[in-house]
Amino acid sequence: MPVSASAIYFLNLRGDVLINRLYRDDVGGNMVDAFRMHIMQTKELGTCPVRQIGGCSFFYMRISNVYIVIVVSSNANVACAFKFVVEAVALFKSYFGGAFDEDAIRNNFVLIYELLDEIMDFGYPQNLSPEILKLYITQEGVRSPFSSKPSDKPVPNATLQVTGAVGWRREGLVYKKNEVFLDIVESVNLLMSSKGSVLRCDVTGKILMKCFLSGMPDLKLGLNDKIGLEKESQLKSRPTKSGKTIELDDVTFHQCVNLTRFNSEKTVSFVPPDGEFELMKYRITEGVNLPFRVLPTIKELGRTRIEVNVKVKSVFGAKMFALGVVIKIPVPKQTAKTSFQVTSGRAKYNAAIDCLVWKIRKFPGQTEPTMSAEVELISTMAEKKSWTRPPIQMEFQCIMHCRSLVNFIHNSASETTSCPPLCVIVVLHLLPKPDELDEELVPMFTASGLRVRFLKVWEKSGYNTVEWVRYITKAGSYEVRC
Amino acid sequence: MSGHDSKYFSTTKKGEIPELKEELNSQYKDKRKDAVKKVIAAMTVGKDVSSLFTDVVNCMQTENLELKKLVYLYLINYAKSQPDLAILAVNTFVKDSQDPNPLIRALAVRTMGCIRVDKITEYLCDPLQRCLKDDDPYVRKTAAICVAKLFDINAELVEDRGFLDSLKDLISDNNPMVVANAVAALAEIQENSSRPIFEITGHTLSKLLTALNECTEWGQVFILDALSKYKAADAREAENIVERVTPRLQHANCAVVLSAVKMILQQMELITSTDVVRNLCKKMAPPLVTLLSAEPEIQYVALRNINLIVQRRPTILAHEIKVFFCKYNDPIYVKMEKLEIMIKLASDRNIDQVLLEFKEYATEVDVDFVRKAVRAIGRCAIKLERAAERCISVLLELIKIKVNYVVQEAIIVIKDIFRRYPNTYESIIATLCESLDTLDEPEAKASMIWIIGEYAERIDNADELLESFLESFPEEPAQVQLQLLTATVKLFLKKPTEGPQQMIQVVLNNATVETDNPDLRDRAYIYWRLLSTDPEAAKDVVLAEKPVITDDSNQLDPSLLDELLANIATLSSVYHKPPEAFVTRVKTTAQRIEEDDYPNGSEQGYSDATSQVADGAASPPTSSSSSPYTATRQSAPPAAAPAPAPQVPDLLGDLMGLDNSGAIVPADQPAAPSSPPLPVLLPASTGQGLQISAQLTRQDGQIFYSLLFENNSQIPLDGFMIQFNKNTFGLAAAGPLQVPQLQPGTSAMSLLPMVLFQNISAGPPSSLMQIAVKNNQQPVWYFNDKMAVNVLFTEDGRMERGSFLETWRSLPDSNEILKEFPGIVVSNPEATLDRLAASNMFFIAKRKHVNQDVFYFSAKIPQGVPILIELTTVIGNPGVKCAIKTPNPDMAPLFFEAVETLLKA
Repeated sequence: MPVSASAIYFLNLRGDVLINRLYRDDVGGNMVDAFRMHIMQTKELGTCPVRQIGGCSFFYMRISNVYIVIVVSSNANVACAFKFVVEAVALFKSYFGGAFDEDAIRNNFVLIYELLDEIMDFGYPQNLSPEILKLYITQEGVRSPFSSKPSDKPVPNATLQVTGAVGWRREGLVYKKNEVFLDIVESVNLLMSSKGSVLRCDVTGKILMKCFLSGMPDLKLGLNDKIGLEKESQLKSRPTKSGKTIELDDVTFHQCVNLTRFNSEKTVSFVPPDGEFELMKYRITEGVNLPFRVLPTIKELGRTRIEVNVKVKSVFGAKMFALGVVIKIPVPKQTAKTSFQVTSGRAKYNAAIDCLVWKIRKFPGQTEPTMSAEVELISTMAEKKSWTRPPIQMEFQCIMHCRSLVNFIHNSASETTSCPPLCVIVVLHLLPKPDELDEELVPMFTASGLRVRFLKVWEKSGYNTVEWVRYITKAGSYEVRC
Repeated sequence: MSGHDSKYFSTTKKGEIPELKEELNSQYKDKRKDAVKKVIAAMTVGKDVSSLFTDVVNCMQTENLELKKLVYLYLINYAKSQPDLAILAVNTFVKDSQDPNPLIRALAVRTMGCIRVDKITEYLCDPLQRCLKDDDPYVRKTAAICVAKLFDINAELVEDRGFLDSLKDLISDNNPMVVANAVAALAEIQENSSRPIFEITGHTLSKLLTALNECTEWGQVFILDALSKYKAADAREAENIVERVTPRLQHANCAVVLSAVKMILQQMELITSTDVVRNLCKKMAPPLVTLLSAEPEIQYVALRNINLIVQRRPTILAHEIKVFFCKYNDPIYVKMEKLEIMIKLASDRNIDQVLLEFKEYATEVDVDFVRKAVRAIGRCAIKLERAAERCISVLLELIKIKVNYVVQEAIIVIKDIFRRYPNTYESIIATLCESLDTLDEPEAKASMIWIIGEYAERIDNADELLESFLESFPEEPAQVQLQLLTATVKLFLKKPTEGPQQMIQVVLNNATVETDNPDLRDRAYIYWRLLSTDPEAAKDVVLAEKPVITDDSNQLDPSLLDELLANIATLSSVYHKPPEAFVTRVKTTAQRIEEDDYPNGSEQGYSDATSQVADGAASPPTSSSSSPYTATRQSAPPAAAPAPAPQVPDLLGDLMGLDNSGAIVPADQPAAPSSPPLPVLLPASTGQGLQISAQLTRQDGQIFYSLLFENNSQIPLDGFMIQFNKNTFGLAAAGPLQVPQLQPGTSAMSLLPMVLFQNISAGPPSSLMQIAVKNNQQPVWYFNDKMAVNVLFTEDGRMERGSFLETWRSLPDSNEILKEFPGIVVSNPEATLDRLAASNMFFIAKRKHVNQDVFYFSAKIPQGVPILIELTTVIGNPGVKCAIKTPNPDMAPLFFEAVETLLKA
């Protein structure tokens, strides 16, 4: 049964009910007490997100300082329930202007009730697209580009759009300038053993899109992925061009993408929602370029001293650099005193997370700065257990070519939420024509080597569009055991 | 940017309700709206605002959609408590359902369906009928779900008014969302009905698969879940279906992906072409891996499902073991599940890498995770013969770190490795012995002792080592005592010298005279008797070769696995339990056994035990629960080797002054079946030939469950286990069920000692007892028994007249409950009184009232709850009036049952 909820509760950290909505009669109204008693007030809280108490099951998620709890008494679809919560939170965020916490909920409880009534019926999730819901669910105090008048008069065809085949885009949009912004954001995940061998390494990437297009445009995106290129050359019956092709392990698409077509023709075609959305996600494990190597040596000298030497090597082009590099080296809890020597950046000891934190704002390619530190420990008799060394964690924000900073600067894109905070100046490239695609023209670093080859836009009015594309590489979970 | 609703939560303390009432009736629109918001805020924080019902409903007639929605929300919450007033709202609902605005029409129908008041339901039918045929798809999709709501309230009404047909028509609707909701509604109705209502034909299937492309993500889930029940006719059709479902694997919504996986796996069972199957496996792997980059909660659901999938199709993720490596910051529940899957995927090819990971985890902080990692190494050793040596060396490295719980856990798994590969790795025993002093957990101690006993002949100072444990014998937990006993016997048999001889005397004395643990005592007596009659036979039994163990823990039974795979993405697949094990809802028409959670979860409870039961008495250090002499299928039954063995001096016969005809009677010998036949609880027809009859009995102040197993099937049955669900008195088995292997056509009695107050169920008292019995050959059988509460009456229930009167007076009259037993005749009061006394219902006094006799009795149930009983009857005439006074009047119905049974007997 695809039911995913009999009741949904929003609780604060103390367990006070902020919102409760019963969708079905099969769970009692007091089930939230059971949750408080048997889960919230016990050590069980963090041990498992799906729990059974008596005849009811509870699924819960913590989001900032709020617990969202779903109660069911049937064999519900848990995957659906959790996904519903995730999507609902995204919807609320889009309504509240970004924040989702206890205060935001209290300040918008009427709106939340109204939305909860709309997005789920009898435990079955309905349309959750913010785009469409904003057409007819509006509140004073909530900024909405579509309604300046009171909500009593809904957009005449709202209901058709909620249920329509393109349930994520409304009709009749008009933009003076038709633009599309593409962000290819790649997170590099690495797990390296203390001996320097790569245990696991992959790139999880997403393509974020921001569309300002009039009408109902049809879009088609081409990447330099292996299967897509092969299929294309097969269709056009000409040999594949030599050049780097990327093998995607897996791709998932926003619901606007026609999956059947992707399956047969390997092309990504879609009618995009208006504004910003995540078009696709992908995962790559083959041929990942690791931007950094971390070489730690940590020596325990007796019981009270530790010597830490860390060398970080940047293995990308010398003309590029990374921003916001942070390396966290764990030290024991009983650290008393630290002293550092760094060849670049600044280092300090952060007692709250038991780590030496080494920060390098701008990290050029082909360099290898080092940090050496001496850590003195408080000698305790009680601490018999040897120190379990957590891994070194590394963060970096974005890697780009030096020259690209002076290239194109576009202000409107600075609102993009995916933009890393340090990157005040946003660099964008006009998408080259398919035939001009050349490694040299796209000087940014991507861990996977994935490139956008083309983005075609068709609309019956036949307007011209400007497409911008940007590549960002970040650290996902970049861990080196030591 | 955001609202300022929080002001509605602040209250002016004095007289909130009257104040709200005033505001609700204000002439100003805005004030009324604010008041309703305050009411909703109060409702949210749990205040009772039902008294404002009329005032709120008065605000319903409004043009303001926001206000209308709030009033409707209020109605959903309170209509049930004010059914008579709810009728006031009907007019507005009916009117709204014909509003020109489709949003309002839909809202009216949606809300009416949520109000579960009969009177309103009647009025719902006509609007619903209209809305199902509405021009606007938004209204139709809402109406479709509303049919499911109505079915939940009144199934008959739905069938009578022909809503099911209208709903089926909607499957062909031109709007995909209407189709999806109609499918969801029909699937739910089908699930709750025993009649075939929504049968998926090839035609609907194809139509729905086409609709899939157009649906919202959630609609796709509804459709895929409904279609996964479809059984394809042949391999070709299955391949066709799979081909049309596969594109869904690329969807960003995890629920769509899992539902697609479920459907593909179902159809794959039919596909015969190995190429197609291999290809499908290849296609399913990447999306499954991608699920692991979702939110941790979703990862957890995915991992629990992957656990099932790899049990059925190990090849899917055989090359992906790396993605299950734990990240340092993964939540503990994700780590635990990843570990479990890593064990499942470990193979000769990747074991080196896996071992490095496990070793890394074994040095982490979380104790439970560390223990599981150590255990994982042991399980890999047992699973992969060629890797066993490497596993052992990792374990030895871990022992050298000298973290106490790591050492103990390592010793526990090394014991299993010794069991699996006998006489291979004894060289490490010396290292193990170094940690002897640090062991403080019973399981680790027991394992170490087992190792010493098993290899006594190769450990020079085995007797010294065991002796060091013996000093604290009486204080040790039962598990350790049992192992010490067995190990000492093994030592003695292997080295029958003076030291061990003295030791065995001490142990046997401790384990028989000094103990009150029947398991220990029985095992000791058996050894004693064996040793004194025939030491050679003892050798054959105690030192017998043990059957090989395998790592089947956490491996699910194939039929259960089938069921769970059909339930991918649902709770059932997360709990690894069939839906009926935790869903209490019963079908509206069909009867279904209702059961709550079995306390330990059938999964763990059984799987642990199966491996233990299999290896009988002499072997497993962990088998404190399996009693020695039930294992009738020992490889060398002593009875079969009657030849006395004069070579070995009969050391023990003299030693203990025990003569060979010694009358040692096992304590728990099943009672002779002299009592009347036990009621049949599981007839052979439902139990695939196994018939179980059982009844609770009371003997010598103890409660037993007397069971009779009859095997009418064609196969021998063994490995019987029993489990009791939570019940009012928390009755549960005090020990394992002891039933020998049952050959076809034979039967066995068993007397199972019971304990009280183990797993007490909440809710109203009930005499219902739910029992699950399983064996190694058949599925789990569930059946119900009615507990005779009189069995609980304790021997100390007799009261003095004085205290009886005092208690009677001290209890309020509301605690006195009356019941008539019209059919019962008391003709011989003396005999009846004797009989009642024998059942611990004690006679206190008697008086005459007109022509009636009034008898007073007292009884007591455990935890000292007294029951005072007054029986009024005319001797020799039918009809007994029974009055019961007790501090727990809610249990009175149970006591009436008990008294009635006793009087009838």
